[in-house]
Amino acid sequence: MKTGAKILIESLAKEGVDIIFGYPGGSVLPIYDELYDSSIRHILMRHEQAAVHAADGYARASGRVGVCLATSGPGACNLVTGIATAYMDSVPVVAITGQVPTSMLGNDAFQESDITGITLPVTKHNYLVKHAGELAGVVREAFFIAKTGRNGPVLIDIPKDVNTDLIADPAPAPETVSLRGYQPTYRGHTRQIERAIDLLMKAERPIIYAGGGVIASGASGELVELAERLMLPVTATLMGLGCIPCNHPLNLGMLGMHGTEYANYAVTECDLLLAIGVRFDDRVTGKIETFAPHAKVVHIDVDPAEIGKNKPVDVPIVGDAKAVLADMLARIRKRDGPSQWLHKIDVWKENHPLRYREGDGLHPQYVIQQLSDLLNGEGVIVSEVGQNQMWAAQYYCFRHPRQWISSGGLGTMGYGFPAAIGAHFARPGEQVFDIAGDGSIQMNIQELGTVAHYTIPVRIAILNNMYLGMVRQWQELFYDRRYSYTELPAVDFVKIANAYGVEGMRVDSRDEVRPALQAAIDAEGPFVLDFRIEREENVFPMVPAGAAINEMIGGHQQ
Amino acid sequence: MKAHTLSILVENKAGVLSRVAGLFSRRGFNIESLAVGVCEEPNMSRITVVAYGDDAQIEQVKKQLNKLIDIVKVSDITYRDHVDRELALIKVGAETGATRAEIMQIASIFRAKIIDVGTRTVVLEVTGDSEKIDALEKLLPQYGIKELVRTGKIAILRGSKTVKSQKPE
Repeated sequence: MKTGAKILIESLAKEGVDIIFGYPGGSVLPIYDELYDSSIRHILMRHEQAAVHAADGYARASGRVGVCLATSGPGACNLVTGIATAYMDSVPVVAITGQVPTSMLGNDAFQESDITGITLPVTKHNYLVKHAGELAGVVREAFFIAKTGRNGPVLIDIPKDVNTDLIADPAPAPETVSLRGYQPTYRGHTRQIERAIDLLMKAERPIIYAGGGVIASGASGELVELAERLMLPVTATLMGLGCIPCNHPLNLGMLGMHGTEYANYAVTECDLLLAIGVRFDDRVTGKIETFAPHAKVVHIDVDPAEIGKNKPVDVPIVGDAKAVLADMLARIRKRDGPSQWLHKIDVWKENHPLRYREGDGLHPQYVIQQLSDLLNGEGVIVSEVGQNQMWAAQYYCFRHPRQWISSGGLGTMGYGFPAAIGAHFARPGEQVFDIAGDGSIQMNIQELGTVAHYTIPVRIAILNNMYLGMVRQWQELFYDRRYSYTELPAVDFVKIANAYGVEGMRVDSRDEVRPALQAAIDAEGPFVLDFRIEREENVFPMVPAGAAINEMIGGHQQ
Repeated sequence: MKAHTLSILVENKAGVLSRVAGLFSRRGFNIESLAVGVCEEPNMSRITVVAYGDDAQIEQVKKQLNKLIDIVKVSDITYRDHVDRELALIKVGAETGATRAEIMQIASIFRAKIIDVGTRTVVLEVTGDSEKIDALEKLLPQYGIKELVRTGKIAILRGSKTVKSQKPE
């Protein structure tokens, strides 16, 4: 005889789960009772939103499925933002929620909420389990769905009685999952691949536009190999950073709203756009009609719905990036590059590098550069959302995939710190930094309790400008400097850290930056750095919303 | 903008209808009609949706529907050879014997049936394509349409073709 909760925990162990981020409550008491002497580790977060972000950070840093657990009602509802974050960035997360007993479902019972209904638009799939006998099969299916095809979050809602019910002979989960309505395509269509190669060979101004799909499918090796064989310049989206080493001669850095000028010029002038694992997001394309206007477009994506969604495509290839690129490589030999084109790009790089006004003040870009230098571009860099995120994306020199963890699609402030906690458990030996703003960090600052509790060596670098900086920047540029509700009073983050038992250091000048970063790197436990940066520093270059991406402001013209 | 007819084969699981309907509203598509019922396969249902959109929009909806795990097959049969029918029940005012006779005459022209006669109303049942029902509907307001219920369109391909998917091995 086994309870539903026991079947659940055993099923999770069978999926290889070794850690769960969660927060207990009434309806999940049976699950917590099973966890008490389970080999699966549980990290007690200080908020359910942090639990789901931690599971997400764990998944992005490791490539495995992240798991979080919350109680019914408010617990489950607190997961929603994090589930939506994982959904927008295609991250494999399994969220488990408690629910009121089946006999009370739909009766507005205490701490009841229709979480499968609420999360319908932000999960890849979800389940309300009505019988303990279904649990093993549902868990197997949930992990399969989360981690195959285009990855995404799956929620399993379990009423309390399902967890306590005793099952005499629970049916084991099927070895393989077979779902009629879900059969992702991995191998690209041969004829389309040949057409793509044909276009690549003929192109005079080709460019690769690579995104999160390259990271998710583990296709970075193939991508760099293809780029080198045909001498194709590579630009990456925010989600794709790390797919090619930043110091690679073919790397153009990020494109789009805060991309490099040379990447945006190159995309605007290219005659062939090889788009891999991307979704032509508005933050990348700007005004879609002017995005890569002269280019034939080849689009590789595992999700057929992304192909042709925002921009017409000449050669659609539905398939896994790694498998498709490997098939392409098998048909392509090394050749001389499009030298005129590469030369043109080199001139752009030379004349329009990323840069900022260097003065006496403490510039956030300088902080990121020094961190990148001290860690030699290694480590796991997590960010919050806003200016901190863009400066980190622009100035950290990423060497590897899964090194850069950031909420791209949903843009969730408060994501970074808990995601960094998850990333630490995925890669315990590595330096994990959360690049934060003073606004974002206050959205999940209670997790200082978690890092102190478990001595989790996450370092938080707060780029503190006492503003909601990105919104202020827009107000400066587009709302006549009317700083409506974006100024934040000073907060002593060191004191807050200390109150939780976490070390901290305030940094006011340029000279202090390196020693302070080094102190954080050397710390045994968590560490908070409060950088008092230039208050009105902006993120440049910038493509105003709705403009073409070669119409940047604040770039070299300044 | 054109009315498209989608035939959707779904697993009979809790919430599948709200998954389908939710997807339409979330992506900004108006459903003109929706009809759902069990079908030839056990544990499966077939949904017929009529929605307005240009071909590219409908293609996107189809792809998004296909991503739902419980949806087995989506087919846009608008341009394929198919037959479709709708059923309507119409309650019409019939205060006098003369109006009742007139209504019965109209009903017989449309091959509609009178399925209920009250002291002051009659209920018509009519089956046909949507245009036929629209046409009948236009003739009845002079007598007073008290209530009208339409099932929404259901459709099926002509000949031996079917909207199905291969079962996985």
